[in-house]
Amino acid sequence: MEIKGRVWKFGSDVDTDAIIPARYLTTSDPYELAKHCMEDADPAFPMKVKPGDILVAGKNFGCGSSREHAPIAIKAAGVSCVIAGTFARIFYRNSFNIGLPIFESPQAAEGISEGNEVVVDVDNGTITDLTTGKIYEVSPVPAFMRQIIAAGGLINYVSERMNKK
Amino acid sequence: MPMTITEKILAAHSGRERVTPGELINARVDLALGNDITAPVAIREFEKIGAPGVFDRERIALVPDHFVPNKDIKSAEQARVLKTFSAKHGLTNYFEVGRMGIEHCLLPEQGLVGPGHLVIGADSHTCTYGALGAFSTGVGSTDLAAAMATGEVWLKVPESIRFVFDGELKPWVGGKDLILHTIGDIGVDGALYQAMEFTGPAIESLSMDGRFTMCNMAVEAGAKSGIIAPDEITRAYVEGRCRRPYQFYYSDPGAKYAKVYHYDVSLIEPQVCFPHLPENSRPVSEAGNVEIDQSVIGSCTNGRIDDLREAAKVLKGRKVHHKVRLIIFPGTQGIYLQALREGLIETFIVAGGAVSTPTCGPCLGGHMGILAEGERAIATTNRNFVGRMGHPESEVYLSGPAVAAASAVMGRIAGPWEVV
Ligand code: SF4
Repeated sequence: MEIKGRVWKFGSDVDTDAIIPARYLTTSDPYELAKHCMEDADPAFPMKVKPGDILVAGKNFGCGSSREHAPIAIKAAGVSCVIAGTFARIFYRNSFNIGLPIFESPQAAEGISEGNEVVVDVDNGTITDLTTGKIYEVSPVPAFMRQIIAAGGLINYVSERMNKK
Repeated sequence: MPMTITEKILAAHSGRERVTPGELINARVDLALGNDITAPVAIREFEKIGAPGVFDRERIALVPDHFVPNKDIKSAEQARVLKTFSAKHGLTNYFEVGRMGIEHCLLPEQGLVGPGHLVIGADSHTCTYGALGAFSTGVGSTDLAAAMATGEVWLKVPESIRFVFDGELKPWVGGKDLILHTIGDIGVDGALYQAMEFTGPAIESLSMDGRFTMCNMAVEAGAKSGIIAPDEITRAYVEGRCRRPYQFYYSDPGAKYAKVYHYDVSLIEPQVCFPHLPENSRPVSEAGNVEIDQSVIGSCTNGRIDDLREAAKVLKGRKVHHKVRLIIFPGTQGIYLQALREGLIETFIVAGGAVSTPTCGPCLGGHMGILAEGERAIATTNRNFVGRMGHPESEVYLSGPAVAAASAVMGRIAGPWEVV
C-alpha cells in the first residue's frame, strides 16, 4: 500500500487542544470536528487542507488529552496520514484503533519541508520525499497492531473475535 | 528475574508469570472509565461490536464531569447518552450531578480503585490512581468500547523510570511542586511510553492527596502511568473504603529501570509553570512581575481536601485583589461537604472568591471560568497549552494551591510567604 500527498508541516509537542480545542468537544460528529482541525495551531488550516494531504510534525505529536476527537478530526479533514518524530502514546493507540495511518520517523520529520510531495510505502516501511528525492525509514509496526489495521480498526478486530467465541 | 511494581501488576492481569518491557499483552481490567466527552464516542463504537452486553455492570464507571452541570444543549445531549446507556445496561457506577465529582477525585474516594488494580479510562489523567499502587492509564474511546465489551485491553508493557526523592520538604512545597519540578527537568516527552515510579523518603512523607497530584501529572511528561508503592498511608486510605479485593505489590530489588533520577527536595521551591507547556516550570521567586486576571483552584490535580486547606490557610482573613477573579472548584461533592464543615468554603467566600460545584469546567476551557483574549490565569490544573482555558491568546500558569491563593491576593504571581 502506498500513501501519496502534499505536506503540511508543524513543530514539536503539538497538543490535542491545538488539534481540536475543547470548546468544540460538545459534539463527536467527525465532520463538525474536521471544520476546526488544527485550528489553534494554524487558524487557516481547516480551509487550506485538501483530501490526501499529509501532516508532518516534530516530536511528541498529539500530547495532552485522550480525546479520540483529535485523530478523528484529522482523518475527517481528509488527511491521509501523519508522519512525526514521535507520537504521544494515547494519540498513537487511538490512531491505530480508528484506522488513521501514522508513521514514526525522526529523520523524515526533520528533513521534509512544507509543500513537498511525499509517498509512504507502507509495506516496505519507507518514506520518499519526491521533491528532494530523499528516502527515509519508518519504525516497524508490531505484528499485533498490523492485525488491528488489517481488521480495519479495533472495533472490527474485537467484533470478529467475539463472534468467533 | 526481578520485576518492577508495574510489571508485576501487568503480569498478574494477563495471566503470566512475568512480562518484559516492549511486550504487547492483553490484560484484564478491574475498572473501565469514561466521561461526557469520551464515553459518547465509546458507546457509539460499543454498539458496532454487537456484544450481547457489557462485561461487568459493576466495573464500568461513567462520570459526566467535563461540561456538567450541562453548559448548553449539545453538552446536555452528550451527558444524556451516558445516562441512557447506564440505565440500559444497569451500570452501578453512573454518577449524576449532585452525587458526582471530577472522575479522578471521585473514583478513589468512592472506593472503586485499589492497590494492585488495573484501571483504564478514556481520559488521559486516569494515571492518577497510580498513587494507590495501581496500574492505571489513559486510553481512547475505542479502547473503552472494546474494554466495556470484553473486559480486556491491549497494552504495551512500559519500561519504568525510577524517581527518587530524598530530603525534607520546604514550607509550602507539596506534590504539585515536586511534579512540576520533575517535568521541568525531564521535559514533556521525558517519560514517553514509560512508567514513572516515584519513591524515596519525601514521597513516603506525602499524604494521599499529594501523591494523587504527582501521579496525576505523569501524563504531562508523556508517561503511560505514574505509580507509588503502597504503604501504611495507602492502607489507611483504602481500608473500609475499597469495594473490591486489593493487593500490595512492590518493585523487587534489582528490577530494571530505563533511568534513575535523584532529587533532593530540600532544594525545591514552590514552582510556577509558564505558558504554553507543562515543562516551563521555575521557582516562584524567579517568576518576575506577572499580573493575573484569574486564579483557579481545583481540578483532578489539586481539588482535594488538602489542597483546599492549603488555599484557605493563605486566604483566611485576606481579600482577593480587586482586579482578580478567584474560582474554586472542589473535586467532589464529598470534598465540598468536608470543606464546608471545616469552614473553608466560608473562608473562600469571605475572601471574595467564587466557589463552584464540582466540574472540570474551567480546567479545559469548557465553562465556568473561560479566559478572554489577552487574559492571564494562574491555575492549580495540569495543562497550560495554547487556548486551554479559553481564547487562544490567553495564558495559563500552573502552580500548587498556596501559590494560586497568594497570587489571587496579590494580583500577580506571588509566593505564599508574601501574604501569610
Ligand atoms: S479536571 Fe481537567 S484535567 Fe482533570 S479530568 Fe477534568 S478536564 Fe481533565
